[in-house]
Amino acid sequence: MTYEGKVLAALADPTRRAIFEKLAKGRSSVADVARSLPVSQPAISQHLKVLKEAGLVSDEPLGQRRIYSIDPAGLGPLRQWLDRFWEDQLAAFKVLADSDEASGAGPRKPER
Amino acid sequence: MHRIEPAPVVKSVTVGAPPERAFEIFTARMGDWWLKTHSLTASGQKTVVVERADGGRWYEIGTSGEVKEWGRVLAYDPPKRILFAWQLNADWTFDPDFETEVEVTFEPTAEGGTTVRLEHRDLANYGAKAEVARASLDSEGGWAGLLGAFAAKAA
Repeated sequence: MTYEGKVLAALADPTRRAIFEKLAKGRSSVADVARSLPVSQPAISQHLKVLKEAGLVSDEPLGQRRIYSIDPAGLGPLRQWLDRFWEDQLAAFKVLADSDEASGAGPRKPER
Repeated sequence: MHRIEPAPVVKSVTVGAPPERAFEIFTARMGDWWLKTHSLTASGQKTVVVERADGGRWYEIGTSGEVKEWGRVLAYDPPKRILFAWQLNADWTFDPDFETEVEVTFEPTAEGGTTVRLEHRDLANYGAKAEVARASLDSEGGWAGLLGAFAAKAA
């Protein structure tokens, strides 16, 4: 199966989409996911395996559990680019905001 | 159909200036801090204009005077928050039918400074564009575009 085919197949199942969306809101254990969906833990583990094989989620051990999250490397070049873009812009903003403050320019009245 | 949203890009920075001043610098003086390397102008960026009102324009001006639209101000709420519509698509072209949101909030810190938090969201809208879907499919691991392709096929 092609990479695209794997991803589409992984997301074609409504339960897997629901799991994926839950992880998009924050990293979770299998038990966390099971609490929010009417699906058994073994079934969720199976769905997570499919999502992982499609490169959509990644997991890491935490004690005896595994914590699942959306794979940031899989979010696409555009999102990664935007992440870096805003990081650089805010850093540039900070340079000016801090230098203005250091030069003694007082705060102006808030506008209404 | 049920839609899958890529996680928004969230960034924050803390500055020494109080919220009123930080907000002022961020909006009225965007052209003074914006990295000039990120410009759509042919002649080079002269400044950036954020019109200070709900529904205001957001654009840059080149050194030759040409104007490049970036988007709009959806909500202007000094000194707490400004919400932009970022209307540059993945080809860096202004598209009035394309919209993602950039929300910037200004929270006072205990030390008298400001934590500026920026969230760029609705990124799934990029995936809705066919050309982006193709570009992302070409790169291993890109799923924003794949979701667009999925949406098209599942519709």
